[in-house]
Amino acid sequence: MSQITPVLKREFLGYFRSPVAYVFLIVFLVASVGLAFFVGGFFKANQASLQSFFVFQPWLYLFLIPAIGMRLWAEERRGGTIELLFTLPLTTLDAVLGKFFAAWAFLVLGLALTFPLAITVGWLGDPDWGVIAGGYLGSALMAGAYLAVCSLLSSLTKNQVIAFVLGVVVNLVLVFLGWSVFNGLLSGFLPVPAVDFIANLGFIPHFDAFAKGILDPSDFAYFGSVIALALTLNYVALER
Amino acid sequence: MIEVKGLVKTYGNKRAVDGVSFTVRPGDILGFLGPNGAGKSTTMKMITGYLRPDAGTATVAGIDVAKDPVAVKSRIGYLPESAPAYGEMTVVEFLNFIGEVRGFRAAATRREKVERALALTHLESVRRQAIETLSKGYKQRVGFAQALLHEPPCLVLDEPTDGLDPNQKNEVRSLIKSMAADRAVILSTHILEEVDAICNRIIVISSGKVVVDETPDAFRARKPGARLDAIFRDLTSADA
Ligand SMILES: Nc1ncnc2c1ncn2[C@@H]1O[C@H](COP(=O)(O)OP(=O)(O)O)[C@@H](O)[C@H]1O
Ligand SMILES: [Mg+2]
Repeated sequence: MSQITPVLKREFLGYFRSPVAYVFLIVFLVASVGLAFFVGGFFKANQASLQSFFVFQPWLYLFLIPAIGMRLWAEERRGGTIELLFTLPLTTLDAVLGKFFAAWAFLVLGLALTFPLAITVGWLGDPDWGVIAGGYLGSALMAGAYLAVCSLLSSLTKNQVIAFVLGVVVNLVLVFLGWSVFNGLLSGFLPVPAVDFIANLGFIPHFDAFAKGILDPSDFAYFGSVIALALTLNYVALER
Repeated sequence: MIEVKGLVKTYGNKRAVDGVSFTVRPGDILGFLGPNGAGKSTTMKMITGYLRPDAGTATVAGIDVAKDPVAVKSRIGYLPESAPAYGEMTVVEFLNFIGEVRGFRAAATRREKVERALALTHLESVRRQAIETLSKGYKQRVGFAQALLHEPPCLVLDEPTDGLDPNQKNEVRSLIKSMAADRAVILSTHILEEVDAICNRIIVISSGKVVVDETPDAFRARKPGARLDAIFRDLTSADA
Protein backbone atom coordinates (compact mmCIF):
# COMPACT_ATOMS: atom_id res chain seq x y z
CA MET A 1 0.00 0.00 0.00
CA SER A 2 2.91 2.34 0.68
CA GLN A 3 3.65 2.00 -3.02
CA ILE A 4 0.64 4.19 -3.81
CA THR A 5 2.52 7.34 -2.81
CA PRO A 6 5.25 7.38 -5.48
CA VAL A 7 2.71 6.64 -8.22
CA LEU A 8 0.37 9.32 -6.92
CA LYS A 9 3.13 11.89 -6.68
CA ARG A 10 4.49 11.21 -10.15
CA GLU A 11 1.06 11.34 -11.68
CA PHE A 12 -0.05 14.50 -9.89
CA LEU A 13 3.14 16.45 -10.62
CA GLY A 14 2.94 15.12 -14.17
CA TYR A 15 -0.04 17.37 -14.86
CA PHE A 16 2.16 20.40 -14.34
CA ARG A 17 4.94 19.14 -16.59
CA SER A 18 2.82 19.94 -19.62
CA PRO A 19 0.44 22.79 -20.50
CA VAL A 20 -2.48 20.39 -20.07
CA ALA A 21 -2.90 21.27 -16.40
CA TYR A 22 -3.04 25.00 -16.97
CA VAL A 23 -5.33 24.72 -19.98
CA PHE A 24 -7.62 22.45 -18.01
CA LEU A 25 -7.72 24.64 -14.92
CA ILE A 26 -8.43 27.77 -16.96
CA VAL A 27 -11.16 26.11 -19.02
CA PHE A 28 -12.68 24.69 -15.86
CA LEU A 29 -12.74 28.09 -14.15
CA VAL A 30 -13.96 30.07 -17.15
CA ALA A 31 -16.63 27.53 -18.02
CA SER A 32 -18.00 27.02 -14.52
CA VAL A 33 -18.01 30.70 -13.62
CA GLY A 34 -19.24 31.71 -17.09
CA LEU A 35 -22.16 29.29 -16.95
CA ALA A 36 -23.11 30.52 -13.49
CA PHE A 37 -23.00 34.17 -14.54
CA PHE A 38 -24.45 34.17 -18.02
CA VAL A 39 -26.69 31.14 -18.15
CA GLY A 40 -27.49 30.56 -14.50
CA GLY A 41 -28.18 34.22 -13.70
CA PHE A 42 -25.82 34.29 -10.76
CA PHE A 43 -26.56 37.96 -10.03
CA LYS A 44 -30.14 38.14 -11.32
CA ALA A 45 -31.26 35.43 -8.94
CA ASN A 46 -30.54 37.97 -6.27
CA GLN A 47 -29.92 35.39 -3.64
CA ALA A 48 -26.74 34.70 -1.75
CA SER A 49 -26.04 31.12 -2.82
CA LEU A 50 -24.01 29.12 -5.30
CA GLN A 51 -27.06 27.30 -6.68
CA SER A 52 -26.53 28.75 -10.16
CA PHE A 53 -22.92 27.54 -10.05
CA PHE A 54 -23.53 23.99 -8.88
CA VAL A 55 -26.49 23.28 -11.12
CA PHE A 56 -24.28 23.09 -14.23
CA GLN A 57 -21.57 20.93 -12.76
CA PRO A 58 -22.94 17.52 -13.76
CA TRP A 59 -22.99 18.79 -17.37
CA LEU A 60 -19.62 20.46 -17.24
CA TYR A 61 -17.99 17.35 -15.77
CA LEU A 62 -19.42 15.34 -18.61
CA PHE A 63 -16.73 16.79 -20.91
CA LEU A 64 -14.01 17.96 -18.58
CA ILE A 65 -13.50 14.81 -16.57
CA PRO A 66 -13.14 12.44 -19.54
CA ALA A 67 -10.49 14.91 -20.78
CA ILE A 68 -8.52 14.25 -17.61
CA GLY A 69 -9.36 10.56 -17.25
CA MET A 70 -8.79 9.48 -20.85
CA ARG A 71 -5.00 9.46 -20.59
CA LEU A 72 -4.70 7.64 -17.26
CA TRP A 73 -4.12 4.19 -18.76
CA ALA A 74 -4.40 4.68 -22.52
CA GLU A 75 -1.24 6.78 -22.51
CA GLU A 76 0.69 4.11 -20.59
CA ARG A 77 -0.44 1.50 -23.08
CA ARG A 78 0.43 3.62 -26.09
CA GLY A 79 3.88 4.60 -24.80
CA GLY A 80 4.77 1.13 -23.54
CA THR A 81 5.41 2.51 -20.06
CA ILE A 82 2.74 0.17 -18.70
CA GLU A 83 5.31 -2.60 -19.05
CA LEU A 84 7.77 -0.57 -17.02
CA LEU A 85 5.17 0.25 -14.38
CA PHE A 86 4.03 -3.34 -13.95
CA THR A 87 7.54 -4.73 -13.69
CA LEU A 88 8.31 -2.39 -10.80
CA PRO A 89 7.70 -3.82 -7.32
CA LEU A 90 4.13 -2.62 -6.88
CA THR A 91 0.74 -4.26 -7.18
CA THR A 92 -1.92 -3.49 -9.75
CA LEU A 93 -4.05 -2.10 -6.94
CA ASP A 94 -1.27 0.31 -5.91
CA ALA A 95 -1.10 1.61 -9.46
CA VAL A 96 -4.87 1.91 -9.89
CA LEU A 97 -5.31 3.78 -6.61
CA GLY A 98 -2.21 5.94 -7.07
CA LYS A 99 -3.36 7.15 -10.45
CA PHE A 100 -6.96 7.61 -9.41
CA PHE A 101 -6.14 9.64 -6.32
CA ALA A 102 -3.67 11.79 -8.24
CA ALA A 103 -6.25 12.69 -10.87
CA TRP A 104 -8.92 13.19 -8.22
CA ALA A 105 -6.67 15.51 -6.26
CA PHE A 106 -6.09 17.48 -9.44
CA LEU A 107 -9.84 17.83 -10.03
CA VAL A 108 -10.38 18.88 -6.44
CA LEU A 109 -7.68 21.50 -6.94
CA GLY A 110 -9.64 22.86 -9.92
CA LEU A 111 -12.76 22.91 -7.80
CA ALA A 112 -10.96 24.67 -4.96
CA LEU A 113 -9.86 27.40 -7.36
CA THR A 114 -13.52 28.38 -7.81
CA PHE A 115 -13.64 29.32 -4.16
CA PRO A 116 -13.39 33.09 -4.86
CA LEU A 117 -16.93 32.69 -6.16
CA ALA A 118 -18.06 31.65 -2.69
CA ILE A 119 -16.15 34.54 -1.17
CA THR A 120 -17.91 36.94 -3.56
CA VAL A 121 -21.26 35.57 -2.45
CA GLY A 122 -20.23 35.98 1.17
CA TRP A 123 -19.19 39.55 0.50
CA LEU A 124 -22.38 40.49 -1.34
CA GLY A 125 -24.82 38.78 0.96
CA ASP A 126 -25.27 36.41 3.80
CA PRO A 127 -25.15 32.87 2.38
CA ASP A 128 -25.74 29.61 4.22
CA TRP A 129 -22.15 28.37 4.44
CA GLY A 130 -23.30 24.86 5.33
CA VAL A 131 -25.12 24.62 2.01
CA ILE A 132 -22.10 25.89 0.12
CA ALA A 133 -19.81 23.40 1.88
CA GLY A 134 -22.27 20.61 1.06
CA GLY A 135 -22.24 21.66 -2.58
CA TYR A 136 -18.45 21.54 -2.74
CA LEU A 137 -18.33 18.18 -0.98
CA GLY A 138 -20.96 16.71 -3.30
CA SER A 139 -19.18 18.13 -6.31
CA ALA A 140 -15.87 16.59 -5.25
CA LEU A 141 -17.49 13.18 -4.68
CA MET A 142 -19.32 13.35 -7.98
CA ALA A 143 -16.07 14.24 -9.74
CA GLY A 144 -14.53 11.11 -8.19
CA ALA A 145 -17.35 8.97 -9.59
CA TYR A 146 -17.01 10.42 -13.10
CA LEU A 147 -13.26 9.96 -12.89
CA ALA A 148 -13.39 6.33 -11.72
CA VAL A 149 -15.61 5.50 -14.69
CA CYS A 150 -13.17 7.26 -17.04
CA SER A 151 -10.18 5.47 -15.50
CA LEU A 152 -11.85 2.12 -16.14
CA LEU A 153 -12.63 3.02 -19.76
CA SER A 154 -9.11 4.34 -20.31
CA SER A 155 -7.69 0.96 -19.30
CA LEU A 156 -9.57 -0.75 -22.12
CA THR A 157 -7.80 0.98 -25.00
CA LYS A 158 -4.52 2.55 -26.02
CA ASN A 159 -6.36 5.25 -27.93
CA GLN A 160 -7.09 8.35 -25.86
CA VAL A 161 -9.75 9.61 -28.26
CA ILE A 162 -11.70 6.38 -27.86
CA ALA A 163 -11.24 6.60 -24.09
CA PHE A 164 -12.61 10.16 -24.15
CA VAL A 165 -15.65 9.31 -26.25
CA LEU A 166 -16.45 6.24 -24.13
CA GLY A 167 -16.07 8.36 -21.00
CA VAL A 168 -18.53 10.97 -22.26
CA VAL A 169 -21.05 8.37 -23.39
CA VAL A 170 -21.04 6.26 -20.22
CA ASN A 171 -21.14 9.28 -17.95
CA LEU A 172 -23.91 10.78 -20.09
CA VAL A 173 -25.99 7.69 -19.39
CA LEU A 174 -25.34 8.09 -15.66
CA VAL A 175 -26.36 11.75 -15.84
CA PHE A 176 -29.47 11.08 -17.92
CA LEU A 177 -30.75 8.38 -15.56
CA GLY A 178 -31.19 11.01 -12.87
CA TRP A 179 -32.06 14.04 -15.01
CA SER A 180 -35.50 15.44 -14.16
CA VAL A 181 -36.42 15.99 -17.81
CA PHE A 182 -35.64 12.37 -18.65
CA ASN A 183 -37.46 11.12 -15.55
CA GLY A 184 -40.45 13.25 -16.57
CA LEU A 185 -40.53 11.43 -19.89
CA LEU A 186 -40.27 8.04 -18.17
CA SER A 187 -43.11 8.76 -15.78
CA GLY A 188 -45.38 8.95 -18.86
CA PHE A 189 -45.34 5.18 -19.11
CA LEU A 190 -43.65 3.80 -15.98
CA PRO A 191 -45.01 3.64 -12.44
CA VAL A 192 -43.54 6.15 -9.98
CA PRO A 193 -41.47 3.65 -7.92
CA ALA A 194 -39.78 2.41 -11.09
CA VAL A 195 -38.93 5.95 -12.17
CA ASP A 196 -37.58 6.72 -8.70
CA PHE A 197 -35.45 3.61 -8.81
CA ILE A 198 -33.98 4.56 -12.18
CA ALA A 199 -33.43 8.17 -11.09
CA ASN A 200 -31.50 6.99 -8.05
CA LEU A 201 -29.01 5.18 -10.27
CA GLY A 202 -28.03 8.53 -11.79
CA PHE A 203 -25.68 11.20 -10.48
CA ILE A 204 -27.99 14.20 -10.27
CA PRO A 205 -30.43 13.31 -7.45
CA HIS A 206 -27.53 12.45 -5.15
CA PHE A 207 -25.59 15.54 -6.07
CA ASP A 208 -28.67 17.75 -5.67
CA ALA A 209 -29.06 16.58 -2.10
CA PHE A 210 -25.50 17.72 -1.30
CA ALA A 211 -26.06 21.00 -3.13
CA LYS A 212 -29.06 21.67 -0.89
CA GLY A 213 -26.86 21.12 2.13
CA ILE A 214 -28.34 17.71 2.97
CA LEU A 215 -25.66 15.20 3.97
CA ASP A 216 -27.41 11.86 3.68
CA PRO A 217 -25.27 8.72 4.24
CA SER A 218 -27.02 7.05 1.30
CA ASP A 219 -25.66 9.72 -1.05
CA PHE A 220 -22.14 9.17 0.27
CA ALA A 221 -22.70 5.44 -0.20
CA TYR A 222 -23.90 6.00 -3.78
CA PHE A 223 -20.80 7.88 -4.92
CA GLY A 224 -18.57 5.58 -2.89
CA SER A 225 -20.11 2.54 -4.58
CA VAL A 226 -19.75 3.95 -8.07
CA ILE A 227 -16.07 4.68 -7.38
CA ALA A 228 -15.43 1.28 -5.79
CA LEU A 229 -17.21 -0.62 -8.55
CA ALA A 230 -15.50 1.23 -11.39
CA LEU A 231 -12.05 0.86 -9.82
CA THR A 232 -12.62 -2.83 -9.14
CA LEU A 233 -13.45 -3.35 -12.80
CA ASN A 234 -10.45 -1.21 -13.69
CA TYR A 235 -8.28 -3.54 -11.61
CA VAL A 236 -9.79 -6.63 -13.22
CA ALA A 237 -9.28 -5.20 -16.71
CA LEU A 238 -5.59 -4.61 -15.97
CA GLU A 239 -5.03 -7.98 -14.29
CA ARG A 240 -6.26 -9.92 -17.29
CA MET B 1 19.37 -17.51 -9.84
CA ILE B 2 16.83 -17.41 -12.67
CA GLU B 3 15.12 -20.69 -13.40
CA VAL B 4 12.63 -21.11 -16.20
CA LYS B 5 10.69 -24.33 -16.62
CA GLY B 6 8.38 -25.19 -19.49
CA LEU B 7 7.11 -21.68 -20.15
CA VAL B 8 4.24 -21.46 -22.61
CA LYS B 9 2.42 -18.41 -23.93
CA THR B 10 -0.23 -18.38 -26.61
CA TYR B 11 -1.65 -15.27 -28.29
CA GLY B 12 -4.97 -16.16 -29.89
CA ASN B 13 -4.04 -19.29 -31.82
CA LYS B 14 -0.36 -18.40 -32.12
CA ARG B 15 1.99 -20.12 -29.72
CA ALA B 16 4.64 -17.44 -29.13
CA VAL B 17 6.58 -19.40 -26.49
CA ASP B 18 6.39 -23.17 -26.52
CA GLY B 19 7.93 -24.91 -23.52
CA VAL B 20 11.06 -22.86 -22.88
CA SER B 21 13.34 -24.03 -20.04
CA PHE B 22 16.78 -22.82 -18.89
CA THR B 23 18.74 -21.70 -15.84
CA VAL B 24 20.92 -18.65 -15.36
CA ARG B 25 23.47 -18.61 -12.54
CA PRO B 26 25.17 -15.60 -10.97
CA GLY B 27 28.08 -14.57 -13.17
CA ASP B 28 26.35 -15.82 -16.31
CA ILE B 29 25.69 -13.52 -19.21
CA LEU B 30 23.16 -15.41 -21.22
CA GLY B 31 22.75 -14.40 -24.84
CA PHE B 32 19.16 -15.03 -25.82
CA LEU B 33 19.21 -15.29 -29.56
CA GLY B 34 16.59 -15.70 -32.17
CA PRO B 35 15.10 -14.07 -35.25
CA ASN B 36 12.39 -11.45 -34.85
CA GLY B 37 9.20 -13.05 -33.64
CA ALA B 38 10.96 -16.07 -32.11
CA GLY B 39 9.50 -15.39 -28.67
CA LYS B 40 12.41 -13.69 -26.87
CA SER B 41 10.47 -10.69 -25.60
CA THR B 42 7.49 -12.79 -24.60
CA THR B 43 9.74 -15.07 -22.53
CA MET B 44 11.31 -12.07 -20.82
CA LYS B 45 7.93 -10.55 -20.07
CA MET B 46 6.95 -13.74 -18.28
CA ILE B 47 10.17 -13.84 -16.24
CA THR B 48 9.72 -10.22 -15.17
CA GLY B 49 6.09 -10.74 -14.20
CA TYR B 50 4.52 -8.55 -16.88
CA LEU B 51 2.77 -11.46 -18.57
CA ARG B 52 1.29 -14.49 -16.90
CA PRO B 53 2.44 -17.78 -18.48
CA ASP B 54 -0.21 -20.17 -19.76
CA ALA B 55 1.94 -23.01 -18.40
CA GLY B 56 5.31 -23.46 -16.73
CA THR B 57 7.09 -21.45 -14.06
CA ALA B 58 9.74 -18.79 -13.74
CA THR B 59 11.56 -18.44 -10.43
CA VAL B 60 14.07 -15.84 -9.35
CA ALA B 61 16.20 -16.55 -6.28
CA GLY B 62 13.84 -19.42 -5.57
CA ILE B 63 10.71 -17.26 -5.67
CA ASP B 64 7.98 -18.14 -8.15
CA VAL B 65 6.95 -15.02 -10.02
CA ALA B 66 3.35 -16.24 -10.15
CA LYS B 67 3.25 -16.61 -6.36
CA ASP B 68 5.05 -13.46 -5.23
CA PRO B 69 5.43 -11.12 -8.18
CA VAL B 70 6.44 -8.10 -6.09
CA ALA B 71 9.34 -9.96 -4.45
CA VAL B 72 10.58 -11.12 -7.84
CA LYS B 73 10.20 -7.67 -9.39
CA SER B 74 12.26 -6.11 -6.63
CA ARG B 75 15.15 -8.49 -7.48
CA ILE B 76 15.15 -7.83 -11.19
CA GLY B 77 16.33 -4.89 -13.22
CA TYR B 78 14.46 -4.94 -16.50
CA LEU B 79 15.08 -3.03 -19.67
CA PRO B 80 12.04 -3.61 -21.87
CA GLU B 81 12.39 -3.54 -25.64
CA SER B 82 12.75 0.06 -26.92
CA ALA B 83 13.33 1.34 -23.36
CA PRO B 84 9.98 2.93 -22.50
CA ALA B 85 10.09 5.89 -20.10
CA TYR B 86 7.85 8.77 -19.11
CA GLY B 87 8.93 11.23 -21.78
CA GLU B 88 7.72 14.41 -20.12
CA MET B 89 9.92 13.83 -17.08
CA THR B 90 13.55 14.86 -16.93
CA VAL B 91 16.14 12.14 -16.52
CA VAL B 92 16.62 12.95 -12.85
CA GLU B 93 12.89 13.17 -12.12
CA PHE B 94 12.37 9.81 -13.77
CA LEU B 95 15.19 8.09 -11.91
CA ASN B 96 13.98 9.59 -8.65
CA PHE B 97 10.58 8.10 -9.29
CA ILE B 98 12.12 4.70 -9.97
CA GLY B 99 14.22 5.03 -6.82
CA GLU B 100 11.17 5.86 -4.77
CA VAL B 101 9.21 2.87 -6.06
CA ARG B 102 12.29 0.72 -5.52
CA GLY B 103 12.03 1.57 -1.85
CA PHE B 104 14.67 4.27 -1.40
CA ARG B 105 12.44 6.60 0.56
CA ALA B 106 15.14 8.64 2.28
CA ALA B 107 16.13 11.52 -0.01
CA ALA B 108 19.85 11.14 0.72
CA THR B 109 19.99 7.43 -0.12
CA ARG B 110 17.92 7.98 -3.21
CA ARG B 111 20.15 10.80 -4.43
CA GLU B 112 23.18 8.57 -3.98
CA LYS B 113 21.58 5.75 -6.01
CA VAL B 114 20.47 8.12 -8.74
CA GLU B 115 23.89 9.75 -8.98
CA ARG B 116 25.57 6.37 -9.18
CA ALA B 117 23.23 5.25 -11.97
CA LEU B 118 23.76 8.55 -13.83
CA ALA B 119 27.53 8.17 -13.59
CA LEU B 120 27.54 4.52 -14.71
CA THR B 121 25.50 5.31 -17.80
CA HIS B 122 27.16 8.68 -18.55
CA LEU B 123 23.95 10.65 -18.32
CA GLU B 124 25.17 13.57 -16.19
CA SER B 125 25.20 16.01 -19.09
CA VAL B 126 21.50 15.50 -19.86
CA ARG B 127 20.25 15.07 -16.32
CA ARG B 128 17.84 18.02 -16.47
CA GLN B 129 16.58 17.29 -19.98
CA ALA B 130 13.12 15.89 -20.69
CA ILE B 131 13.47 12.28 -21.79
CA GLU B 132 11.31 12.80 -24.90
CA THR B 133 13.92 15.27 -26.22
CA LEU B 134 16.81 12.79 -25.95
CA SER B 135 18.36 10.90 -28.85
CA LYS B 136 17.82 7.17 -29.17
CA GLY B 137 21.20 6.35 -27.62
CA TYR B 138 20.55 8.48 -24.57
CA LYS B 139 17.02 7.09 -24.15
CA GLN B 140 18.50 3.62 -24.13
CA ARG B 141 20.92 4.69 -21.41
CA VAL B 142 18.03 6.03 -19.34
CA GLY B 143 16.50 2.58 -19.64
CA PHE B 144 19.75 1.11 -18.39
CA ALA B 145 20.07 3.56 -15.54
CA GLN B 146 16.54 2.67 -14.48
CA ALA B 147 17.28 -1.06 -14.62
CA LEU B 148 20.45 -1.00 -12.53
CA LEU B 149 19.53 1.76 -10.09
CA HIS B 150 18.76 -0.66 -7.26
CA GLU B 151 21.79 -2.88 -8.01
CA PRO B 152 19.62 -5.95 -8.64
CA PRO B 153 21.00 -9.51 -8.56
CA CYS B 154 19.30 -10.19 -11.92
CA LEU B 155 19.27 -8.15 -15.08
CA VAL B 156 16.91 -8.81 -17.94
CA LEU B 157 17.78 -6.73 -21.00
CA ASP B 158 15.63 -6.90 -24.12
CA GLU B 159 17.70 -5.89 -27.16
CA PRO B 160 19.81 -3.43 -25.20
CA THR B 161 21.88 -2.34 -28.19
CA ASP B 162 19.07 -2.11 -30.72
CA GLY B 163 19.25 1.08 -32.76
CA LEU B 164 22.56 2.28 -31.34
CA ASP B 165 25.55 3.29 -33.44
CA PRO B 166 28.72 1.14 -33.26
CA ASN B 167 30.38 3.29 -30.62
CA GLN B 168 27.33 3.27 -28.41
CA LYS B 169 27.03 -0.48 -28.87
CA ASN B 170 30.55 -0.95 -27.62
CA GLU B 171 29.92 1.27 -24.68
CA VAL B 172 26.78 -0.64 -23.72
CA ARG B 173 28.60 -3.94 -24.02
CA SER B 174 31.37 -2.91 -21.69
CA LEU B 175 28.76 -1.59 -19.29
CA ILE B 176 26.99 -4.95 -19.30
CA LYS B 177 30.27 -6.78 -18.81
CA SER B 178 31.23 -4.58 -15.89
CA MET B 179 27.92 -5.23 -14.20
CA ALA B 180 27.88 -8.96 -14.71
CA ALA B 181 30.46 -10.04 -12.14
CA ASP B 182 28.11 -11.53 -9.54
CA ARG B 183 24.82 -11.08 -11.32
CA ALA B 184 22.64 -13.23 -13.51
CA VAL B 185 22.18 -11.41 -16.81
CA ILE B 186 19.90 -12.33 -19.71
CA LEU B 187 20.19 -10.25 -22.82
CA SER B 188 18.26 -10.81 -25.99
CA THR B 189 19.52 -9.90 -29.40
CA HIS B 190 19.37 -10.91 -33.00
CA ILE B 191 22.93 -9.75 -33.58
CA LEU B 192 25.47 -12.54 -33.34
CA GLU B 193 28.63 -10.52 -32.88
CA GLU B 194 27.07 -9.24 -29.70
CA VAL B 195 26.86 -12.67 -28.17
CA ASP B 196 30.38 -13.42 -29.23
CA ALA B 197 31.61 -10.22 -27.61
CA ILE B 198 30.14 -10.58 -24.14
CA CYS B 199 28.15 -13.74 -23.44
CA ASN B 200 29.39 -16.89 -21.79
CA ARG B 201 26.30 -18.83 -22.78
CA ILE B 202 24.08 -18.95 -25.83
CA ILE B 203 20.47 -19.95 -26.09
CA VAL B 204 18.96 -19.94 -29.53
CA ILE B 205 15.21 -19.83 -29.68
CA SER B 206 13.22 -20.43 -32.82
CA SER B 207 9.42 -20.43 -33.17
CA GLY B 208 9.07 -20.38 -29.41
CA LYS B 209 11.35 -23.37 -28.76
CA VAL B 210 14.91 -23.59 -27.44
CA VAL B 211 17.03 -25.16 -30.16
CA VAL B 212 20.50 -24.54 -28.68
CA ASP B 213 21.78 -24.06 -25.12
CA GLU B 214 25.58 -24.10 -24.92
CA THR B 215 28.77 -22.02 -24.64
CA PRO B 216 29.86 -19.72 -27.48
CA ASP B 217 32.80 -22.05 -28.11
CA ALA B 218 30.61 -25.11 -28.47
CA PHE B 219 28.35 -23.08 -30.73
CA ARG B 220 31.24 -22.13 -32.97
CA ALA B 221 32.47 -25.73 -33.04
CA ARG B 222 29.22 -26.83 -34.69
CA LYS B 223 30.59 -25.85 -38.05
CA PRO B 224 34.26 -25.11 -37.81
CA GLY B 225 35.38 -22.23 -39.96
CA ALA B 226 31.87 -21.03 -40.70
CA ARG B 227 30.68 -17.60 -39.67
CA LEU B 228 28.36 -17.53 -36.69
CA ASP B 229 25.48 -16.18 -38.71
CA ALA B 230 25.71 -19.14 -41.08
CA ILE B 231 25.22 -21.50 -38.14
CA PHE B 232 22.43 -19.31 -36.86
CA ARG B 233 20.72 -19.30 -40.24
CA ASP B 234 20.80 -23.10 -40.40
CA LEU B 235 19.30 -23.39 -36.95
CA THR B 236 16.49 -20.91 -37.39
CA SER B 237 15.62 -21.20 -41.05
CA ALA B 238 12.29 -22.74 -40.07
CA ASP B 239 11.25 -19.26 -38.96
CA ALA B 240 11.78 -17.48 -42.23
N1 LIG C 1 0.57 -8.77 -27.73
C1 LIG C 1 0.67 -9.68 -28.72
N2 LIG C 1 -0.46 -10.11 -29.34
C2 LIG C 1 -0.38 -11.03 -30.33
N3 LIG C 1 0.75 -11.59 -30.77
C3 LIG C 1 1.90 -11.21 -30.18
C4 LIG C 1 1.92 -10.24 -29.14
N4 LIG C 1 3.20 -10.06 -28.75
C5 LIG C 1 3.94 -10.88 -29.52
N5 LIG C 1 3.16 -11.57 -30.38
C6 LIG C 1 3.65 -12.58 -31.34
O1 LIG C 1 4.36 -13.56 -30.63
C7 LIG C 1 5.53 -13.94 -31.34
C8 LIG C 1 6.75 -13.73 -30.49
O2 LIG C 1 6.96 -12.35 -30.28
P1 LIG C 1 8.16 -11.77 -29.45
O3 LIG C 1 8.25 -12.49 -28.15
O4 LIG C 1 8.00 -10.29 -29.40
O5 LIG C 1 9.41 -12.13 -30.36
P2 LIG C 1 10.90 -11.58 -30.34
O6 LIG C 1 11.06 -10.71 -29.14
O7 LIG C 1 11.74 -12.79 -30.32
O8 LIG C 1 11.07 -10.80 -31.61
C9 LIG C 1 5.53 -13.12 -32.62
O9 LIG C 1 5.00 -13.91 -33.65
C10 LIG C 1 4.62 -11.97 -32.33
O10 LIG C 1 3.97 -11.56 -33.51
MG1 LIG D 1 11.51 -8.71 -29.04
